[in-house]
Amino acid sequence: MTQAATSSHDSSGHDHPPFLAHHYETPKQQFDAGKLGMWIFLVTEVLFFGGLFCAYAVYRATHPEVFIYAHQFLDKNLGALNTVVLLASSLSIAWAVRCAQLDQQRALVACLAITLALAAVFLGVKYVEYKQKWEHGLLWAGRYQAAESAETANHAAPEAHHAGNPESAPRDVGIFFSVYFTMTGLHGIHVVAGMGVIAWVLVLAVKGRFSSQYYNPVDYTALYWHLVDMIWIYLFPLLYLIH
Amino acid sequence: MSGASDSYLTHTRGFWSWALTLDHKRIGIMYMVGILGSFLLGGIFALIVRTELATPGPTIMGFPDAASEASPAEQAAENMVAIAPSSTTGRDLYNHMFTLHGAVMIFLVIIPGIPAVLGNFVLPLMLGAKDVAFPRLNLASFYLWLFGAIFFVVTLHTGGLDTGWTFYTPYSTSTNSAVVTAVLGAFILGFSSIFTGINFIVTVHKLRPAGMTWFKMPLFVWSLYATAIIQVLATPVLGITLLLLAAERLMGLGFFDPKYGGNPILFQHFFWFYSHPAVYIMILPGMGIISEVVSVFSRKHIFGYQFIAFSSVAIALLGFLVWGHHMFVSGMTPLAAMVFSALTFSVSIPSAIKVFNWLATMYKGSIGLATPMCYALAFIFLFGIGGLTGLFLGTLSVDVHLTDTYFVVAHFHYVMFGGTLIAFLAGLHYWWPKMTGRMFSDVAGRWACFIIFVGFNLTFFPQFLLGTRGMPRRYYDYSGLLDSHPEFALLNLLSTIGAYTTAVGLVAAAICLLHSLWRGRPAPANPWGGGSMEWQCPSPPPHDNFPKTPPVRDPYDFSYLAYVGPDRGFVPQT
Repeated sequence: MTQAATSSHDSSGHDHPPFLAHHYETPKQQFDAGKLGMWIFLVTEVLFFGGLFCAYAVYRATHPEVFIYAHQFLDKNLGALNTVVLLASSLSIAWAVRCAQLDQQRALVACLAITLALAAVFLGVKYVEYKQKWEHGLLWAGRYQAAESAETANHAAPEAHHAGNPESAPRDVGIFFSVYFTMTGLHGIHVVAGMGVIAWVLVLAVKGRFSSQYYNPVDYTALYWHLVDMIWIYLFPLLYLIH
Repeated sequence: MSGASDSYLTHTRGFWSWALTLDHKRIGIMYMVGILGSFLLGGIFALIVRTELATPGPTIMGFPDAASEASPAEQAAENMVAIAPSSTTGRDLYNHMFTLHGAVMIFLVIIPGIPAVLGNFVLPLMLGAKDVAFPRLNLASFYLWLFGAIFFVVTLHTGGLDTGWTFYTPYSTSTNSAVVTAVLGAFILGFSSIFTGINFIVTVHKLRPAGMTWFKMPLFVWSLYATAIIQVLATPVLGITLLLLAAERLMGLGFFDPKYGGNPILFQHFFWFYSHPAVYIMILPGMGIISEVVSVFSRKHIFGYQFIAFSSVAIALLGFLVWGHHMFVSGMTPLAAMVFSALTFSVSIPSAIKVFNWLATMYKGSIGLATPMCYALAFIFLFGIGGLTGLFLGTLSVDVHLTDTYFVVAHFHYVMFGGTLIAFLAGLHYWWPKMTGRMFSDVAGRWACFIIFVGFNLTFFPQFLLGTRGMPRRYYDYSGLLDSHPEFALLNLLSTIGAYTTAVGLVAAAICLLHSLWRGRPAPANPWGGGSMEWQCPSPPPHDNFPKTPPVRDPYDFSYLAYVGPDRGFVPQT
């Protein structure tokens, strides 16, 4: 309730700028409230994935041999590529926020479009990976086809040769792929949801709704996208780079 | 100043003006209708369960009596039961009934109850704000609740649910009842809860009026804040747990299946990591209501304001460290069990701080026994019993004997019903004049409260005795136990009589409140003499709550208020 706020605000809210909701006094209050809300939402996301990371820790502790054996079937190169793609998309959306703050409308639209495209590339690479797993029967525990996969996967994942011959496959390898598909699958769903939100923000940006005075949705979306990126940064070494 | 032409109730008209409203007050009212409807449903399930247990052997469900000479056809039917648990016999029906009672009451009623109904309505008013921080998210929370409730109703019609509300694996992954539907319903309700939590935290942080520092907030706001912290921190873990369970059933994920190297105990850890803190989601807002009511009806400043405020936060934080006490007999190391036991006892400290502060508030106060205060006193008594019997269950050596007996059932009903629901009724009666603009009959309200209090104790106190004498929970029949424990018959009958008495009391309370809508006299702005801000706007409040944010005062300073008769209630003396 600064002086400026009280003077620009009467009980019926006629003097509000169009983007300011009726129950806020100032644009800053609205921006801060939205940002706090988004941060708390991200906390819930961390806890949501936290359950999975906890399950990962439990099963890696109880089945270390499974994780060391099974991770060889994941394609490190594609995983690394996706890491680069997501990091680049984080840069582009951070840039989009800066563009909004500087009133650079065309650059804002471009950055958002690039982010959207990079997200699509990520999902494309993920599709290739899933397809390989599917073809070799490297699926979650209930659908895991061990006998066939151990042999054929050696062709798909050359590094498996170093892991030893197929006969040495430990029991319960499927649990690794349960963890893998659950974690990357839910992460993928978050990427899809993020693409939906970015597309919505992109439409608003094309319509010229954002300015240095009001860019709240861009900022909040970027926060969410960074979290999606960050979860992948943990998933990549935990699943692909086990030693 | 009631009956004003422009209240939030009359501001706009028509179905869509309610269905699409962003007004926190209308959303609170919609929640109230939905949640009380669910309460009725869950209550009917409870009465069915209690009716079946009224007498030994089949009472209303007519399951074939295994001990008696069954006809060959019946024996064949029983064998079928053993093979195919989906065929609904009397005993399956019993399992469905107590499961649905628990699931509906927990997920649809007690967890959202106080924050979504009373919190939604009063939180912005208490802060002198026009609305919660995110009105659209608030409406979305309501529809998510409704959507989740529909899933539960679908569950009812598609095979029911017989796992108990806890969905323990491996039974929940092998039963034929509609676990996936119910689990998805609970998942959606979790989102509703999370969004309400986010909304309330941001509202408290960002929409407090100038001058209302943290320690000038009403204690109900503190308790909603602490509740919201648990909601956002614990509920996501339930979300992932339920998703994993659904995936386990649908596609054989194997996380909780030893056949694939999974571990069913992990499910219990995940489940209670949410569901124990959820116990405090249920009770903390109730404690907040009691803090308001006790102070207002004792006409005395709340005693130990900061201790009560911090004890809410302490309960919220400690509540995250004690989930293991639900699993003492599930298999954990003795060291872990001892740590969980010790931490469990620590929760009693902030709880006791609250109770003693309420008592100290009443000490030498000018106590008025209006209906809300009667409920508050009932709360203190019943919560005292519920809390103290929790210590028995937190003690390892005693818990081993009491686990899965009626002692547990009695304990958590004393806390959940005697605590949360009684506090909900206290709050509902306390804010009813503000919400509806009508005064209910105080005499009728007190009678209803008395009947509920007597009925409640008659229902659940015998269950303590049953439990300590070894009657297991979740049994559809106890006729086989009567040889060694003939008293079970009487205790169960008393409990059932108590359940019906409670039902009569609840119906009386409902009639009392509904009657006021048509016949109640108009409520003044401040009928009880409360000091927090919601009493400074008219009853019912206008659409925008306050034309101008009122000055911030100590919410528990009543010295400036004077009673000027039933029509005008309490008015400030200047």
